[in-house]
Amino acid sequence: MAGILRPLAGRAVQALTVALLVGLVSFALMHALPGDPAMRIAASRYGPDLMTAEAAERVRAELGLDRPMPVQLAEWVGRLATFDLGRSLVTGAPVAEELEIQLGASLWLAGAALALSMALGLPAGLLAGMRAGRLPDHLALAAAVLLRALPVFVTGLVLIIVFAVWLGWLPAAGFGGWRDLLLPGLTLAFGLAALSSRVTRDATAAVLAAPYVAFARTKGLPERLVVLRHGVRNAAIPVVAVLGLQLVYLVEGMVVVESLFAYPGIGHALVHAIIARDVPMVQGTALAMGLTFVLVNAVVDLLCAALDPRQVAR
Amino acid sequence: MRFLMALCLLLLAAAPAGAADGGRPVRVVAPWEITGVDPARAGYIFGRMGVAETLVTVDTAGHLVPALAQRWSQSDDRLTWRFALRPEARFHDGTAVTAGAVAAALERSRAAGVLGRAPLESIAADGDDVVIRTRTPFAPLPAFLANHTAMVLAPAAYDAEGRVNAVIGTGPFRVSSLTPPLRLEVERFDGWWGPAPAVARASYLAVPQGETRALMAESGEADLAFGLLPVTVDRLRRNPRVAVHAVPVPRTRLLKVNAGAPFFDDVRERRALSLAIDRAGIAAAILRSPGSAAGQLMSPGQAAWHVADLTPLRHDPEEAKRLLAEAGWRPGADGILEQDGRPFRVQVRTYSNWPELPAIATVLQAQFRAVGIDLTVSVANSSDIPAGHRDGSLHLGLVARNFSLVPDPLGTLMEDYGPEGGDWGAMNWSSPELTDILATLGAGVDDAEAAALRRRAMTILQDALPVIPVAWFDLMVAANERLGPVTVDPFEISYGLATLKPVR
Repeated sequence: MAGILRPLAGRAVQALTVALLVGLVSFALMHALPGDPAMRIAASRYGPDLMTAEAAERVRAELGLDRPMPVQLAEWVGRLATFDLGRSLVTGAPVAEELEIQLGASLWLAGAALALSMALGLPAGLLAGMRAGRLPDHLALAAAVLLRALPVFVTGLVLIIVFAVWLGWLPAAGFGGWRDLLLPGLTLAFGLAALSSRVTRDATAAVLAAPYVAFARTKGLPERLVVLRHGVRNAAIPVVAVLGLQLVYLVEGMVVVESLFAYPGIGHALVHAIIARDVPMVQGTALAMGLTFVLVNAVVDLLCAALDPRQVAR
Repeated sequence: MRFLMALCLLLLAAAPAGAADGGRPVRVVAPWEITGVDPARAGYIFGRMGVAETLVTVDTAGHLVPALAQRWSQSDDRLTWRFALRPEARFHDGTAVTAGAVAAALERSRAAGVLGRAPLESIAADGDDVVIRTRTPFAPLPAFLANHTAMVLAPAAYDAEGRVNAVIGTGPFRVSSLTPPLRLEVERFDGWWGPAPAVARASYLAVPQGETRALMAESGEADLAFGLLPVTVDRLRRNPRVAVHAVPVPRTRLLKVNAGAPFFDDVRERRALSLAIDRAGIAAAILRSPGSAAGQLMSPGQAAWHVADLTPLRHDPEEAKRLLAEAGWRPGADGILEQDGRPFRVQVRTYSNWPELPAIATVLQAQFRAVGIDLTVSVANSSDIPAGHRDGSLHLGLVARNFSLVPDPLGTLMEDYGPEGGDWGAMNWSSPELTDILATLGAGVDDAEAAALRRRAMTILQDALPVIPVAWFDLMVAANERLGPVTVDPFEISYGLATLKPVR
């Protein structure tokens, strides 16, 4: 048990470090960007039609943007210690409230994308690995290359045209129900499945060529049991590790997918917050993302440990 | 556990809604995100969806008409305005619309709204009337009150610190659910003072991508889709289920010119710049709307300000070169013009809130190159235009200027062409005569004199070109045929949900 707790304690320290670093770095980066923050905030608040230099001056005075930077940073750290993320400089709503909606929506989308990608990528990879070098393998490779090479934007538009405009089965955009999750989820899932199917294929091919599989076959186990008992679990280790890493791809893809499908989410929120120089929002979203990474890594550690107890023993 | 509950809620939300009462909700999609509940931020969305109202509004022809105020009058000394409220009006929380509540809401809106730009002395309640006093006679006050920043919200809409925390308005629809920045759902408010709308429910979804909006219109998922990209319009026009409306709106895409820069301080240089622009080409190829080439600042839709017999701005690169030579610019070795050893290299700043602006900027780059001007394009944040105006670093800014923010263009003109110029208008240019004209119009004169003054003002701007008009603006809207006849408001104040009579 202690063997599992130790890495978890490590992750907890990591989470704390991430929180502080993310806050500091995003604060520093936002202030290093060219352009007057008061102007940017005013433009995002009021839009180009109503934005004037006077509006920017009012924003500067209201938010105290001319105070020394260390004072502004200390304020954020002080608030964070009491779990207060502050208010968005643009909308005026508490950052925590906005994150609750956006992080929640993003998690649903990420979950849907991951589930769909596993449903598509794992069987395809397993099949390709079991028929390595033959037609199914070549087909899976071609599909993976094509799907990974297509920009998310293009995949998404093609899916909208097919499923929303031609067939009329699914909504083109929006959020709130499971049907709204399918198209954006599928768009992301294609990119994810492209990679995970290749990793699965290689892991499966390698495992099936391993001596212990040859032994299992020699001792007379039916092929189904060879694959299920000896193949899948061993092949799963690299696949689970890669699924964790794919979070990076997910975050990147979400920025585009969220705006294409008018889906609320943390990627979209972060981009808008950066454009608007909405520092509390940037810090809040970056914090949420950083902590999600730590959490996912911890889960991947646990899964890998469960799949392969030798890792813990080491 | 919370996740399971959230899952149940999501599944419930997915169930078809609105079938029982008044048919399917009217679904509006538009590019604008709901950036907050304060009227000064995304108030226009709540106004257009019929949630909140102003005292005065405009009809589609641009005439001021009563809204929350049933009538108004101006005192003989022209300093006091009296607005009589509708006694039957109610806020969405059931409370009565009192003069005190209205005065308090307007007072709050002065901080960030257009009322802060009017010479107001005081806003007060007097019995059932709201009385507004101005320091000087100010004729466009009712037009200023029609702006969305002067929306009237209930006292309960504000928290203890005066922040708006809910949109409790008086309009025909009230908020049933709000998920900023993307979605607003509204339902019919039975306590509205006007005739009951046929539409029972409606939703607004901010869809940032133009391609998605067009596809939603095509699939029937959007009943009204706003802000369509010109390239998607041709395809939608072929769809029998969709009617595409191209409505000229009082907005002009123009080049803001730094008339203090050595490149543009001579009026001949500004005229040459104007002659170098092929407006017809831009209107046809980029905007897919040949009629939108701007021959002058105001489009024909702004009948009071458009001067029909003004010589339109034209395209003549040879004449442009001649004028530049006259102003002392000679071709250098690389074909770029030079004056006293200074090459004609300038930058245009623009922004992508309107997706066609960067495309127009790159076309201008090619067209200016043809007369020997080296233009670099910087696509940045919209705030870089006022920032560049203030610090003097701006050469040229390509902007889409809204002249109906206060429905009377006078409001925008006073802001843009005053003695100090304006963030979105003249820069290092002013005309005492124009300043006088605008001030006189602001104080109020009789109709015939006003018409003559407006004509003179437009002529001054056309001759001196402190800004160079490029293209007028068509608002592209796709409407599903199930909505029946649709009227698009050129002032973008209302989506007209209260008067829609959906056929299905």
